[in-house]
Amino acid sequence: MNGASCAAKISTQPFSLNPTSPASHDRPLVSPKPASLFLGSTRKLRLSSSSKLNLHRRSGTVVAVSDVVKQKKSKSTHSLLITKEEGLELYEDMILGRAFEDMCAQMYYRGKMFGFVHLYNGQEAVSTGFIKLLKQQDSVVSTYRDHVHALSKGVPARAVMSELFGKTTGCCRGQGGSMHMFSREHNLLGGFAFIGEGIPVATGAAFTSKYKREVLKEADCDHVTLAFFGDGTCNNGQFFECLNMAALWKLPIVFVVENNLWAIGMSHLRATSDPQIYKKGPAFGMPGIHVDGMDVLKVREVAKEAIGRARRGEGPTLVECETYRFRGHSLADPDELRDPAEKAHYAARDPITALKKYLIENSLASEADLKAIDKKIDEVVEDAVEFADESPVPSQSQLLENVFADPKGFGIGPDGRYRCEDPKFTEGTAHV
Amino acid sequence: MLGQSLLKIRPAISVLRSYSSAAKQMTVREALNSALDEEMSADPKVFLMGEEVGEYQGAYKISKGLLEKYGPERVLDTPITEAGFAGIGVGAAYYGLKPVVEFMTFNFSMQAIDHIINSAAKSNYMSAGQMSVPIVFRGPNGAAAGVGAQHSQCYASWYASCPGLKVLSPYSSEDARGLLKAAIRDPDPVVFLENELLYGESFPVSDEVLDSSFCLPIGKAKIERKGKDVTITAFSKMVGYALKAAEILEKEGIDAEVINLRSIRPLDRSTINASVRKTNRLITVEEGFPQHGVGAEICASVVEESFAYLDAPVERIAGADVPMPYAANLERMAVPQVEDIVRAAKRACYRVVPLAAAA
Repeated sequence: MNGASCAAKISTQPFSLNPTSPASHDRPLVSPKPASLFLGSTRKLRLSSSSKLNLHRRSGTVVAVSDVVKQKKSKSTHSLLITKEEGLELYEDMILGRAFEDMCAQMYYRGKMFGFVHLYNGQEAVSTGFIKLLKQQDSVVSTYRDHVHALSKGVPARAVMSELFGKTTGCCRGQGGSMHMFSREHNLLGGFAFIGEGIPVATGAAFTSKYKREVLKEADCDHVTLAFFGDGTCNNGQFFECLNMAALWKLPIVFVVENNLWAIGMSHLRATSDPQIYKKGPAFGMPGIHVDGMDVLKVREVAKEAIGRARRGEGPTLVECETYRFRGHSLADPDELRDPAEKAHYAARDPITALKKYLIENSLASEADLKAIDKKIDEVVEDAVEFADESPVPSQSQLLENVFADPKGFGIGPDGRYRCEDPKFTEGTAHV
Repeated sequence: MLGQSLLKIRPAISVLRSYSSAAKQMTVREALNSALDEEMSADPKVFLMGEEVGEYQGAYKISKGLLEKYGPERVLDTPITEAGFAGIGVGAAYYGLKPVVEFMTFNFSMQAIDHIINSAAKSNYMSAGQMSVPIVFRGPNGAAAGVGAQHSQCYASWYASCPGLKVLSPYSSEDARGLLKAAIRDPDPVVFLENELLYGESFPVSDEVLDSSFCLPIGKAKIERKGKDVTITAFSKMVGYALKAAEILEKEGIDAEVINLRSIRPLDRSTINASVRKTNRLITVEEGFPQHGVGAEICASVVEESFAYLDAPVERIAGADVPMPYAANLERMAVPQVEDIVRAAKRACYRVVPLAAAA
């Protein structure tokens, strides 16, 4: 069956980046050994479902696959997946994400950052693997765990750090905060606190791309949108509504599920009737792919294909990335429910360590090259903190700004200009 | 009544032209349809999205003929997914398209209220001006006839309490045309509250209103009837009731000034206060629930700004404080009627024994 051989493609030796055995790619934390791994479900539940799930994971990780993947299968398995430049770019992006998030934690505990802060440690492969393939005009829509998506999309570290400190030099002038990163320039459309809220917005951005091409006749408009969200969101109504509409109207969007198995303290297996999220894609008429989200090169291969599909006008794809967050849900989360053994299992699959190993083993880069990048990023992050520290807080007048795009709220007149700009427009009753 | 107020209308500041005295009649439905048609024709970025807006010609026939004229890419029949398509509208608006999202009634907007408030209203502020959302959410609001509790709520005060939204509610065909055109052209999210029972009502419209560039300012109320004894504020269907009440009151020697709010947010506080300073008495009329309603806000505004001018306590007339009942006689009691307005005006003027506030 296609599934089995493609599963082999995804977990075959030459592409293996992980020090653990290849089978572990397919097998999630749930192992046949009883009562050991995670506390999320009751023991009874875990034991009865573990073997069944185990089997599913092993037998076929890909259910519905696009033609391009089937063709790729026959390519030589000995060529490298990336060039040196690409490898260093990926490495740098992941190190930036990691270093930035670690610095956020430090700054939070020192009181410079406040409110809700959700860190991305451990999931960098997904952000880097997908976003580094995009053009500037492509859009990214994220959730509250959006710092690294912003950085990968190109928002400067200084702007993100200032935003987190609540300073006026932040990307949203301090008005958005950790959970609401927006950048018009980089087409980062947020930053939404409600899970599932970003998915329809992303679908709308994809709709615009198609509308521009078909109705406004901008023939070269092939912008793609990526919607990032988690496993908990996949039980939400808006997710299904948008899978339906995106497939119905063949929108250029990729739905990227960052399945880190936990929604705050609720394990994915306790919350979901069928935990294999990628299967929900074909139910709506789009391919559903499961990929090892701790391996940036595998994510990148799948991303290339999904983004390519969207760009060619073939419609949406659902990609489930099995990943893990090393820290708690947010900095306020004591993270007591997750089993330390599970955390150790995934820490051993750290995507950065894996990429580093791949680059060195395949002679794409030397230790010195990578250390230079580490140092460079440390400086970037330190500089971002300094910049944010020295930036001013928003002035009082900023409180009432930007509620409306319209300066006074009187709307637009027949001549197309704002009514408040018309010197003859006075206070008082409307005269028509 | 309306004909007389039309003759008192002064032409808009930017366009001075004479109009024929034999004014054309237009229903609110035609007004909305023509406004949508003209705006879609003028700007290819405007598109309509909602349930039954295309092949069914609109659940209330507001979008009749538009599918045929503009095609399925611009008049989209959506699946029953309010949250989904409201959010899609917001995402499209981020990129400069101008979606007009129709809710079959505003009761269904509650399924999408997260997007109306959290992503449409708040985005411009959260992104510090980077993402403006030029979207219009429109549909019938308030009670219809015998449709029961889940189809009869008025949402004006809910949406009007939220900064970042503009909330408009037209009464006549002129209002409908002018405000819808202004809403579609506007760079901010607009909640456009129509009324199902007004769709079929006919109003005279001048040539100026029929012109395709016609639009009304947002945030400005209209004085439908000038008076000197008591101010009555109302919006949507209640304007008609207030005007009828004013006719009755005139025979009893009370000259009422009727203000058609048109814009619930921003509220035209200066017009309301100027009127109260002239008449010294205020009655607010609305169809929605009384607690935290539009009338409560108007009352607070007048007390804050024109306290010394009030000769009587402000009277609020609102719907009954109950979910809408089905039985026709109960429904009649649950919505303000002309007699209620007349009674309240008399109370404000003569200080007759005040009746209890219950329906």
